[in-house]
Amino acid sequence: MDVRAQVSMVFHLDKCIGCHTCSVACKNIWTDRKGTEYMWWNNVETKPGTGYPTVWEDQEKYKGGWTKNERGLSLKLHGRVGGLSNLFHNPYLPTVDDYYEPWTYDYEHLFNAPEGDDQPTARAVSMITGKPMEIEAGPNWDDDYGGSPIYAENDPNLDALTEEERAQLTEMERVVFFYLPRICNHCLNPGCVAACPAGSVYKRGEDGIVLLSQEKCRAWRMCVSGCPYKKTYYNWSTGKSEKCILCYPRLESGQAPACFHSCVGRIRYLGVLLYDASRIEATAAVPDRDLVDAHRAIIQDPRDPQVIAAARANGVSDAMIDAAQKSPVYRFVKQWRLALPLHAEFRTLPMLFYVPPMLPVLAKVKDGRYDNADAASTSLAPLLSSLERARMPLRYMAKLLSAGNEEVIAASYRKLIAVRIYMRSKTASGISDAEVQEALRVGETTPEEVEAIFQLTAKPTFEERFVVPPLGREAAIEAMRDPLEQKREGGFGFRKAPVRGA
Amino acid sequence: MWDSVLFVAFPYVAITIAILMAIVRYRTDRFSYSSLSSQFLESRALFWGSVPWHYGVIPILGAHLLALVFPGFWGDLIADEMRLYVLEVTGLALALMTVVGLALLIVRRVRNARVLAVTSTMDWLLLVVLLVQVALGTWVALVYRWGSDWYLHTAVPWLLSLLRFEPQTQYVTALPWVVKLHMLGGFLVILLFPFTRLVHLVTFPVTYLWRPIQVVIWNRRAQG
Ligand code: SF4
Repeated sequence: MDVRAQVSMVFHLDKCIGCHTCSVACKNIWTDRKGTEYMWWNNVETKPGTGYPTVWEDQEKYKGGWTKNERGLSLKLHGRVGGLSNLFHNPYLPTVDDYYEPWTYDYEHLFNAPEGDDQPTARAVSMITGKPMEIEAGPNWDDDYGGSPIYAENDPNLDALTEEERAQLTEMERVVFFYLPRICNHCLNPGCVAACPAGSVYKRGEDGIVLLSQEKCRAWRMCVSGCPYKKTYYNWSTGKSEKCILCYPRLESGQAPACFHSCVGRIRYLGVLLYDASRIEATAAVPDRDLVDAHRAIIQDPRDPQVIAAARANGVSDAMIDAAQKSPVYRFVKQWRLALPLHAEFRTLPMLFYVPPMLPVLAKVKDGRYDNADAASTSLAPLLSSLERARMPLRYMAKLLSAGNEEVIAASYRKLIAVRIYMRSKTASGISDAEVQEALRVGETTPEEVEAIFQLTAKPTFEERFVVPPLGREAAIEAMRDPLEQKREGGFGFRKAPVRGA
Repeated sequence: MWDSVLFVAFPYVAITIAILMAIVRYRTDRFSYSSLSSQFLESRALFWGSVPWHYGVIPILGAHLLALVFPGFWGDLIADEMRLYVLEVTGLALALMTVVGLALLIVRRVRNARVLAVTSTMDWLLLVVLLVQVALGTWVALVYRWGSDWYLHTAVPWLLSLLRFEPQTQYVTALPWVVKLHMLGGFLVILLFPFTRLVHLVTFPVTYLWRPIQVVIWNRRAQG
């Protein structure tokens, strides 16, 4: 056993209100520089939808992630020789048009325009060329189904649905969508790391954060293609790739990453997971339908003495082990089996997990009224059976969150429904004990567990949501240099402006 | 006098500056070591320019170096008439590829506003010098046949004499001016090397062929 610690994440999709506060918090700190205007290390997309960059999930187009073959796993993008031979032109690299051309407005013109018959306007100006431009796409162009005939309909995950189901999704009054906030997943088997010919992308041993060395990057731009989530970005100005750093400078002083800290819906949880690194390859190579289970299995019980001993032997600090034992992520992912990895079939073992959204049950408007007739006649039945009547077909959610295995996501949903019914029975009348017991049985849960899930879902404190010790950078670097000196001199980052080379 | 300036002093100066400045740049400004790819801004034309350019120029450079380092081997190689023909024809084809590719790259930079926006003065200088250099090379190959052969008896002994620090210019001074320009052009490119994006050449990531596919860096373990 090779036990390592990983700072991991859970996003509770039922709680996301799609406000984009997270994206803006991140942008203001990290990507407001030249060449990064188009980058959203954190973005929130509407699902169904094509997302950012457009149809990023289509790996036939972008070749991100891994494929399983006779020899085990290989990158979809290239083999080693192929990678080097494509350095001069990477056939699968998205271009700026797959994201959008960043722009600003010529505000000065509003003040300087000569007197005339018409009001002056501020034209859109490209932030790349500085020339006036037509805006044809932008961040969240298809937010809340904006332009859905062009965007949402092209969501690759919709392939799993029947014509009828597809039509239903956008039918007036039955429209359904939810938000999917995305950051770098800090995967256990990252595609970006494996694809980088220069070896500039790496995973930190102590906490599993995936970083990209700006000094080693030579703009071979294979990481952009290798990451199936398209969460490495190419800075067109400095000629270096960049990515989400999980706000490691904040983590090192015990603060939550900016997108977590600012999240209005409080959907985000951060905690430590212990995992067995010797099983990474084997885990990523199981058949699609077993991927989620294998992923759960690689995560180790932080209270198991053997695991603790193995972690200690690997230099995992006591503070980390302690955090792993209190980890909200461990509870959501492993203990309660509610949170699932996004697109496990990309086989990068992402360490950001999503609790699937419940969404309203299916009903139609009849004679101008919300028709929930079944609900009236069968009392609670619609609540119990809401999984079958879910507006968002289970197959769609399975494609997103359980590599197509509907049983896995259904189990997660059944437990969520049990929580709902149980908690409802405590405050609303008319729910028979038999119904509650049935819900608990189907959801494979107990009143104690339900209470705990409810507590961590609905009423967690800041300290319960973010359980990561200060990452102890000083202890990690003291072998190399005096931490006090480091603190005084540099902190993180460049001591010179990161300007483009000649 | 001019001969020693051009064929002795200039090569030495160019190489010294190239090596020293590349090291200085690497140590003080490693961030600037990059191929500065513009594929993200424009991909299609880049394909038609960059691929022929690189796949043309790398084997040609390789052949120049091979004949320099192993003149005996090269001599044996071209001793057979058939092989000589094949080499000359391949070389010429590759040379044409470099010229066409580079010309396309230049046109792309001029015509695409996005790429133009990230093009520096040094980029222009480098592009022009390289274009002239490969054009001269192609011309030499076309007009002065059997370069694979006479290169062995002119440029190679001259370069080797430079390497031995016993410069002998008589091997090259009598050559036609086009050939001489091509030789000087080579050293001009070397001189430009540390000041332009050409530095990406020495960072070609061969280690990708054998490094472990996943990279994990431990802060503490680094110290053993
Ligand atoms: S800040 Fe939170 S609630 Fe708002 S969009 Fe981001 S993840 Fe969703």
